[in-house]
Amino acid sequence: MPNIIYQGKAYLGEVDETVLDTLRRNGIQVPFSCRAGSCQTCMLHCQKGEVTERSQKDLKPALKKLNYFLACQCQPEQDIEVTLPDDEDVYVSARCVEKQQLSPTVWRFRLETAVPMFYHAGQFVNLKNEAGWLRSYSLASLPAEDEHLEIQVRRMPEGQMSHWLIDEFDVGMHIDLEGPNGHCIYTDGEPVKPILMVGTGTGLAPLIGILRDALHQKHTGPINLYHGVRTAEELYLHDNLNALAKQYSNFHYHACVSGEEVVDGINAGRAADIAMRAYPDLKGYRLFLCGAPAMVREMRKNAFLAGASMPDISADAFTEPEHLS
Amino acid sequence: MSTLFEKIGGEGAVDAAVDIFYRKVLADDSISHFFETTDMEAQHAKQKSFLTMAFGGPNNYTGTDMRTAHAPLVAKGLNESHFNAVAGHLQATLEELNVPADLIAEVMAIAASTKDDVLGL
Repeated sequence: MPNIIYQGKAYLGEVDETVLDTLRRNGIQVPFSCRAGSCQTCMLHCQKGEVTERSQKDLKPALKKLNYFLACQCQPEQDIEVTLPDDEDVYVSARCVEKQQLSPTVWRFRLETAVPMFYHAGQFVNLKNEAGWLRSYSLASLPAEDEHLEIQVRRMPEGQMSHWLIDEFDVGMHIDLEGPNGHCIYTDGEPVKPILMVGTGTGLAPLIGILRDALHQKHTGPINLYHGVRTAEELYLHDNLNALAKQYSNFHYHACVSGEEVVDGINAGRAADIAMRAYPDLKGYRLFLCGAPAMVREMRKNAFLAGASMPDISADAFTEPEHLS
Repeated sequence: MSTLFEKIGGEGAVDAAVDIFYRKVLADDSISHFFETTDMEAQHAKQKSFLTMAFGGPNNYTGTDMRTAHAPLVAKGLNESHFNAVAGHLQATLEELNVPADLIAEVMAIAASTKDDVLGL
């Protein structure tokens, strides 16, 4: 088996282990999150040796060329020497230009990069603070209409980055930003296709971007958005979404509260269940699913079984809080 | 002389068949647990390469790959009845797509030829 060389020491890989597995097994703290090759948190720089094609599949061409790869996707065939990414290769500096509380648990941040970033609504960026904490956040902004990048951060009891952003990060401060990443975006060319969106918590962030992109691109097919939260006060874009629904006759917003309270005009129950009951036949639909991993996994399967074609299901599952400590 | 893959409709036929086939497999409680993973997209892609192979199309499968790939499932109890259930869904998919009987027979023969490797026999 190959050796992974890190900071001058060699670590012998075991059968079926990825580079990430080998390093973690030996107590090396490298950042990681989704372990599925999508969040790019575990990106490393290969200094010597060859990495696998699979581990570079979704990286930007420039990073590929520099021999960057995803540690969770790489089972090397020979010895490789790796380092953490060089900040100047990967990150740009972003400045906070606005911070606003949207609900008891959710804050909005608007960020500005020195060079405007080209991205699609619904993609995500990785933010890294000075302590080295690294976390993925979906973009809620629309490049055609918004001057700045927008992220929405929910305070998670176990998520130290969310506490840091909400309690410490403020207007005028800088943070390292990598991206954009991800494929959960509106694709034009099918303007009449019905769209179903289901998001829980701040899974609404990428959905609002994708929704505005679709409306901006003159999507004419019906768009139904289900936002699921536990309590009604967490419906942090309720008024905005109701206003959009008034403005666009093909857009319909469904607020869903899974807790015990009963509120007029708001659905009681889980967003995914309510959406599936309303749309038992999803043949020919385009789906966007964002938020809690269990919801996304279950809904993806149910939507597929209900007739949606796999390439028409786009998903962005959040990862559990996990950090370099 | 065209090949089975050409006669059946090439990649277009694979694309038409894969959703129907994978949906049948997932809806079958006797086998769905072998196909449920956190990464449904990757699983869907695997079904696509399987169908490409069964349709006589270009593929890089070797018997050893088949054995290694299915070994964890065999350890979880994958047996001949499961194999036959999957084959049944393949046949039903092709019938649903109105593939001529002689071509279905050829596809089923290719699928059957993987049995020993899949089950690790």
